[in-house]
Amino acid sequence: MKRLVRSALGAAIAFAMAGAALAADLKVGLSVSLSGPNSSLGVPYAKGMQAAVAYKPEINGKKVQLIVLDDGSDPTTAGRNARKLIEEEKVDVIMGTSGVPAAIAMAQVARETKTPMIGLTPISLQGADLEWTVTVAQPTDLMVAAVVDRMKKDGVKTVGYIGFSDAWGDLVYNALMKAAEPAGIKVVTNERYARSDASVTGQVLKIVAARPDAVMTGGAGTPGALPYLALSERGFKGPVYGQHGLINADFVRVSGKAANGTQMPTGPIIVAEQLPNNYPTKKVALDFRDVFQKVNNAPTTDAYSAYSFDGYMVFADAAARAMPKAEPGTPQFRVALRDAIMSAKEVVGTHGVYNFKQGQLYGVDERARVIVKLENGQWKLVP
Amino acid sequence: MTWDVALILGIDGLANGAVYLLAGLGLVLIFSVTRVVFVPFGDVAAFAALSLAAFETGRQPATIGLVLTLALLAMVVEIVSLVRRGEMAAIPRAVLGWGVLPAIPCALAWAVAGQQGLPHAVFIITAILLVVPITPLVARVALQPIADASVLVLLIVSLALHFLLSGLGLLFFGPEGSRTLPLASGALSLGTFSVSGQVILMVASAIVLSAIFFLAFERTVVGKALRATAVNRVGARLVGIRPARTALLAYTFASLLAGLIGVLVAPVTTMYYDSGFLIGLKAFVAAIIGGLVSYPLTALGALAVGVVESFGSFWSGALKDVIVFSLLIPVLMLRSAFTRHPEEEAEEIDQ
Repeated sequence: MKRLVRSALGAAIAFAMAGAALAADLKVGLSVSLSGPNSSLGVPYAKGMQAAVAYKPEINGKKVQLIVLDDGSDPTTAGRNARKLIEEEKVDVIMGTSGVPAAIAMAQVARETKTPMIGLTPISLQGADLEWTVTVAQPTDLMVAAVVDRMKKDGVKTVGYIGFSDAWGDLVYNALMKAAEPAGIKVVTNERYARSDASVTGQVLKIVAARPDAVMTGGAGTPGALPYLALSERGFKGPVYGQHGLINADFVRVSGKAANGTQMPTGPIIVAEQLPNNYPTKKVALDFRDVFQKVNNAPTTDAYSAYSFDGYMVFADAAARAMPKAEPGTPQFRVALRDAIMSAKEVVGTHGVYNFKQGQLYGVDERARVIVKLENGQWKLVP
Repeated sequence: MTWDVALILGIDGLANGAVYLLAGLGLVLIFSVTRVVFVPFGDVAAFAALSLAAFETGRQPATIGLVLTLALLAMVVEIVSLVRRGEMAAIPRAVLGWGVLPAIPCALAWAVAGQQGLPHAVFIITAILLVVPITPLVARVALQPIADASVLVLLIVSLALHFLLSGLGLLFFGPEGSRTLPLASGALSLGTFSVSGQVILMVASAIVLSAIFFLAFERTVVGKALRATAVNRVGARLVGIRPARTALLAYTFASLLAGLIGVLVAPVTTMYYDSGFLIGLKAFVAAIIGGLVSYPLTALGALAVGVVESFGSFWSGALKDVIVFSLLIPVLMLRSAFTRHPEEEAEEIDQ
């Protein structure tokens, strides 16, 4: 029922926008999961994009029109949405979506139809797919390297790892191995559990038996709380580190006291107020908070809506530079827009400062991550 | 592996086993009376846990809407069947039994939700009561009309019901999980390691409930009627037991058990809208060890599943479930080697 209402709502928004569109000159197509299991991420993505358009409704005097489609958390639908946006709505750029496989499906359509795409999630692409797609998310390596830096500062020599027995667990483990060895830190365990598991007592006993100085967890969302609860139950006293998959209100709710004091990396938007005034993204981040509050009548509580905002900032910067070269809505403009995105220099967003290069998916650097500490249910910036 | 580790794993396994034991009892109860492998059993447990979590955060659990909708459906189904049989006089009773009775826990839940300062026990009892009507109502709507179908058809319908209920669970409670406040605090210290109060509570409830089950089946008329239906439906009907009535009783008891399981496990594991399925599946392994008829063997099987799971997670976390489910293979081989097949019995009678 809710799903129906949501899709109807999405369609209504799309039609309403289409009506207003005749006068608009630039078209942005967004496909996100407004329904289905990924909707807890997809809804903020859509809200963030609406805030972004309200923040910069015109580029070089031309109005921007936003078209939102719901992909129902399904990669096939996401691919179809991308095609629909490009072929029927004739958008200049596509953006999306909350699921990694769905974002990859969109990127393939982007390459086929020669339309630039700005991804809003960490995705992995190879070869020709890279020609048309960039993403505003931080690569896992960059985030995990920040954790390893923190471990080094905290004097950690050995670390135990416990993570999901899936691609996310592997990704974090590989990033940890890559960063830990040069830092002189030894990874002593590689324990895994499934997202649906009820208990990780066995795995945690093994970690405790290996007596590491610290533990790093490779989970996400609520199931990511499991190792914290088991470690605190077994009386593990050392520091526990997480990664950005755990920056989530539900994780905080479920892990409760057990995760108190854990440190993890995140985009600086999460602690925007606590950033020093000279931090490059602080001003934009606070602007984003204001405009989001105005557009949606609610404060931002997540990192996802900020990715949408950054995606739009990258587009706005590139469109301004591409517009003198070609008329929006034409294939020439899409090529010019792609070239402009791929040569973006120091575009300031909420999560970081973006510099894209042809053939590289990610455009962020060390300024796109900070370490935060969970203190009594609040994220506190660790300088 | 040291003795300490083995002990901790053993206790953890027993606590899990206690949950599977209760779920296994429910599965065997329903199967023996109605021949339905009731797959949505675990979903009902998850609903209880998530409803309790909703109460604790001051929200109104969406389960209320589900129960009311099901009650309405069941009432319509019942009235239509009464009208077709021409038993108009029974309609008020049907309205009372299928419409008003299930609405009582809903009204209670509606009154309790969002109230601050109530004792935690009120929330727990309300959450359990709230899920009790779900199983009988679902069964009335979907399973009773096909009560005489083959076991396979019943299994397929029950599987479909599971997907329906877990889909509704996702809609009502969202994809993120919840934990509830612990029911028992403190821990019992035994030398070098300690057992948490919650684990003791789980094992104790399993023991007490199994004892109550044993007594109820051996000593009460209702229990004997349930057993009689289990042994032979037609024979039971001949001596004045109404199979539809006993089935309803079995579903209600099982629902109550599911509610208890939900509130017992919610403080120690994070419950998601679909966590119930895995509990149900592992309880099914236990029930298979008991041949889907024997309560004591199911109990033993449940404890075995719990302990194997716990040690399995120590040896290889990723393969834990594989280890548990592969328990089925030797068990089925043994059972098939040692049971006398019904076809052979039939032949003997013919001779």
